[in-house]
Amino acid sequence: MEYTFKDFKSDQQVRWCPGCGNHAILAALQRAMPEVCKGLSYDLETFVMVSGIGCSSRLPYYLNTFGFHGIHGRATAISTGIKVANPKLTVWQTSGDGDALAIGGNHFIHAIRRNIDINLLLFNNQIYGLTKGQYSPTSKRGTITKTSPYGTVEHPFNPGSLVIGAKGTFFARGLDVEMKLNEEIMIAAARHDGTSVCEMLTNCVIFNDGAHKNISDAATRADRVIVLRHGEKMIFGKNRDKGLVLDGLKLKVVTLGEDGITEDDILTHDAHSNNIGIHFMLAEMKYPDFPVALGVIRDVQDYTYDDGVRDQVEEVKAKSKITCVQDLLESGSVWEVK
Amino acid sequence: MQHKVIDAQDVVLRFAGDSGDGMQLVGTLFANTSALLGNSLSTFPDFPAEIRAPQGTVSGVSGFQVHIASSKITTPGDLCDLLVAMNPAALKTNAKFLKPTATVIVDEDMFTDQLLDKAGFKADENPFEALKIEDRVIVSAKITSLTLDSVAPFGMDRKAALKCKNMFALGMACFIYSRPLDYIESYLQSKFAKKHPEMIEPNKKVLFDGYNYASNIHAIANTYTVAPETDIPKGKYRNISGNQATAWGLIAASEKSGRPLFCGSYPITPATTILEELAIHKSLGVKTLQAEDEIAAICMAIGASYAGNLAVTTTSGPGLSLKSEALGLAVMAELPLVVIDVQRAGPSTGIPTKTEQTDLNQALYGRNGECPCVVMASHSPSQCFDAAFNAAKIALEHMTPVILLSEGFLGNGSEPWLIPSMKDYPTIQPPIAGIGELYSPYERDSHTLARKWAIAGTVGLEHRVGGLEKNPKGVISSDPDNHEKMVALRAEKVQRVAASIPELEVCGPKQGKLLLVGWGGTYGHLFSAWNELKDEGVAFAQFDYIMPLPKNAGEVLSSYDKILVCELNSGHFADYLKGRFDNLNIVKCNKVQGQPFAVSEIVAAARKAMEE
Repeated sequence: MEYTFKDFKSDQQVRWCPGCGNHAILAALQRAMPEVCKGLSYDLETFVMVSGIGCSSRLPYYLNTFGFHGIHGRATAISTGIKVANPKLTVWQTSGDGDALAIGGNHFIHAIRRNIDINLLLFNNQIYGLTKGQYSPTSKRGTITKTSPYGTVEHPFNPGSLVIGAKGTFFARGLDVEMKLNEEIMIAAARHDGTSVCEMLTNCVIFNDGAHKNISDAATRADRVIVLRHGEKMIFGKNRDKGLVLDGLKLKVVTLGEDGITEDDILTHDAHSNNIGIHFMLAEMKYPDFPVALGVIRDVQDYTYDDGVRDQVEEVKAKSKITCVQDLLESGSVWEVK
Repeated sequence: MQHKVIDAQDVVLRFAGDSGDGMQLVGTLFANTSALLGNSLSTFPDFPAEIRAPQGTVSGVSGFQVHIASSKITTPGDLCDLLVAMNPAALKTNAKFLKPTATVIVDEDMFTDQLLDKAGFKADENPFEALKIEDRVIVSAKITSLTLDSVAPFGMDRKAALKCKNMFALGMACFIYSRPLDYIESYLQSKFAKKHPEMIEPNKKVLFDGYNYASNIHAIANTYTVAPETDIPKGKYRNISGNQATAWGLIAASEKSGRPLFCGSYPITPATTILEELAIHKSLGVKTLQAEDEIAAICMAIGASYAGNLAVTTTSGPGLSLKSEALGLAVMAELPLVVIDVQRAGPSTGIPTKTEQTDLNQALYGRNGECPCVVMASHSPSQCFDAAFNAAKIALEHMTPVILLSEGFLGNGSEPWLIPSMKDYPTIQPPIAGIGELYSPYERDSHTLARKWAIAGTVGLEHRVGGLEKNPKGVISSDPDNHEKMVALRAEKVQRVAASIPELEVCGPKQGKLLLVGWGGTYGHLFSAWNELKDEGVAFAQFDYIMPLPKNAGEVLSSYDKILVCELNSGHFADYLKGRFDNLNIVKCNKVQGQPFAVSEIVAAARKAMEE
């Protein structure tokens, strides 16, 4: 069936704070879903949106699909159960940085290890919003919050490094203000078989306003981010005059036309390469030394868990003599009292 | 010495040795052989948590008790007629289980100064005198050296050769109790056929040599036969353990409901074998997922339930603690879910391989908020099948989580089972919402109060559930009156399960001076105790359903002057009954040793209660 974004909107009032970055991500999602249906012949009833606890985890109520608002940290486990129980469903998940990487860190890495076919939107605002402003596992070292009045003394996780380090098959990064790009990322995530992690950098206007300001300001964004697309040159900048090259084993920013650098010298993005090295370096790039990488950084094929489970059931069924419970009860050592 | 063959009604054997000596295997093989002969039987594996504890120490002793009889028995027996002790530590820890007339077989080769010392005997002390068992029939056999001699023709290394010595002991036991060896032979054949075919013949030879050795020496005065049980129903039988029966009961419920079975679990003693058993039966569509932790396991099951599967998670006490929050989610989302807790000795890690009933309070109350679940219990190894089937039926038809309490004693224990016909089991009919139906998530059936199951993926039933309080239309609500109403509805829904469960049955007089009461795995011991007490006017009732209680529970309990509640905890069920019914004269009989009751303990407690 053909759908429009209105088909995916529920009648519930969206209760995020005015100005919260999540509004834009939700809008992108509602626009991406009809496209996903078109491309993959899914119908609305096959969408299940799962979440944990936190601001972003309220999202299932705002979609007119099946939705499961779980408990803190466990969304990934719930998603896994849904997908294994019925692989025909297209399972999406929203979790915040606390939900996915602190309390739910264990489930997060194991979903990636299993490569279960779910699309995980990781809303990263580097703060606990719903509990009113405590530091999260992605807060920058030194961040002052209510539970770190003198600044945190912890190192943050970079979600991309975690996913790629665990040999995840899909990692993309979006930014709340990049509506069109976010939609593109979500469609790519849906098309990917396996665990697709989309880190969505989002701004918490109340407790961590401006956390992503240095890359989200419209005036300077083009010079501070690089949008990666498979098969395209790694070029960025307002004037499309900067690019990335390999200098030894490290990435380096160069300017086209300087020191004889031409477009041919610039790296071409290969999201499908199984080599995690370059993907890891791209995910690790931080402003101001580098542009922050957005777009689909890694998208490779591998066995998925849900296919494995289903195939094994079919294989064993084909071979086994036990076809019903009565057969099972009477298998093995049985004797008869006459 | 005159050799006599005695026809015994029932005998109890206990095999004990180091945890690597293969005592669980020989006990199981003896039990299966007896089952095939048509004996009634009950087994009790009693092993340490360590896979290989330090050799020769009392902490490393692994035991397996098997009770066989020519008429119906329900317990593995309090004391044994034959003890096989493979070393001094095994003798020391098991001497207390000997009947006055018992025979003890020991491996003389292992009674060295060093091993006697390791077991804590003093130098120059006679271990039999020290344990005050010198008047028993002691058969001292050089099992180790006889085994090495027996396998000498095969040219095996010493380590492999010593692994056969359990077969020597088993051969001796088979001679004493007139057991044929053919079943054990076929077991050895199939066990070693693929990976270690070279081990088949040595093991068989040692088995026969043990048998012949027992026959040749004249230390064994009497041998026994135990006739097959005669008054048992006709039909096909098999031996089954509690955990296996639990797994099969779930698969049966999947077949009868048409809902695919999904089990998300994390390995934990003594529940693990349920997951292992389920993992085998993919041919019946079973999906098992070994999760990264206990919380993931139950959350995966909740997800699978939302997607329309019969969802199960299996665990033991510490795992149930970890699952508490997610159980609350299942209560709130009102999704069918079966949680099986094979209880063990706690708290914390406790004594993982030992049995207890100490999770009842946790199952009833261990969650935040007003959070009622159905709580029920299995009462014998084979009855675990029906218990698991019924747990799944209630969960699916009443749209509620059900906690089924099993016990290590039941899960590891086994008994013969008259194989049922699946035709005799009812169809399970969950209230599934139809395609395009006008659906409101918390609209309820007027009888059961169950909401409808709108399975994810069904056209037109898109809706949202979760842990937040909702109004009947499924919209988030923090309205005070709505919350109180929903709390009451969830509790009432669980209470109404009482309409679908059998009434409490009583053995013995319908009123009188004393009612023995138990729940779960103490059934066999309580039933045997009642058999000894029934001429004294005592009645007996075992509860399979705890939350809710059977409809007639109050009426039954109030018909007796005194109620003796026997349980392997500090009195959880007794206190629960006290909280529900006024004016009951409840007396507690408790044991918290990680061991089952002895029948004699219950009989003594009952007589004492009657005197007071």
